[in-house]
Amino acid sequence: MLSPGRYLFTSVVMIWGLSSVPAEAEVIQVTIDQLVFSPMEIEAKVGDTIEWTNKDIIAHTATVRDEWDVIIPANKSASIVLRKAGAVEYYCRFHPNMKGRIIVNPK
Amino acid sequence: MLVRLSAAIAAAICMLSGAAIAQNAAKPTDPQIAHIAYTAGQLDITAAKQALSKSKKKEVVSFAEDMVRDHEAVNKQALDLVKKLKVTPEDNDTSRALSKQAADKSTELAKLNGAEFDKAYVANEIAYHKTVNGALETTLIPSASNPELKSLLQTGLKIFQGHQQHAEHVAAALK
Repeated sequence: MLSPGRYLFTSVVMIWGLSSVPAEAEVIQVTIDQLVFSPMEIEAKVGDTIEWTNKDIIAHTATVRDEWDVIIPANKSASIVLRKAGAVEYYCRFHPNMKGRIIVNPK
Repeated sequence: MLVRLSAAIAAAICMLSGAAIAQNAAKPTDPQIAHIAYTAGQLDITAAKQALSKSKKKEVVSFAEDMVRDHEAVNKQALDLVKKLKVTPEDNDTSRALSKQAADKSTELAKLNGAEFDKAYVANEIAYHKTVNGALETTLIPSASNPELKSLLQTGLKIFQGHQQHAEHVAAALK
């Protein structure tokens, strides 16, 4: 059983620990289902990872022309680490009508 | 008079081929639906392989590769499903009409080359996906009684609608 004082101390340590988190990279999930990226638009920062999970029975890609090309096989996941700040529009090379957008903020 | 008559016959044939699926498959059974859906996919794979052997245009080649990849994936699911459900796909007039049309189209396309082939192939892909998607929406999906078959057809429809839009993009790029 924690004494109230110890409990407070633990909470303070936890909050202090949490406040240092924003500097750390996050993994942001995007689901592909029935040829739709969801969420269609996400906000991230440099160093974050985007992980796409493909629930479809066919393969897809998340592609930015001349920048990167991530192939996501059917029922699999694939990811990329964001290196550059700025807004990017990506699409599926196999199904060009599938589109998504990532706003990449500086670190 | 003769000219007018041939024109009327030609128009009638056009209407027939477009309505082939809808008419013949008024109330198809699950084994027939499975056969039609599988056949439609195989025919598009064959058409894509013809395009891959004939076309040099980047957009057309990658579109054809997409058709092979997707239709093979969907048909693999279809085969797995019919095996699981112990359904034997049953040949029928709609499947036969689709196959006949595709064979005729292939003969026609074989005579074309270069930009002419590319345009004709892509135009046919738009028309073909429109026909198949229409049939899925109005006939095949509503008639399917097994829920898993229905669900696979609905997934197929989403994918094939994407193909139709993709083909329309390619057609616009070829102009």
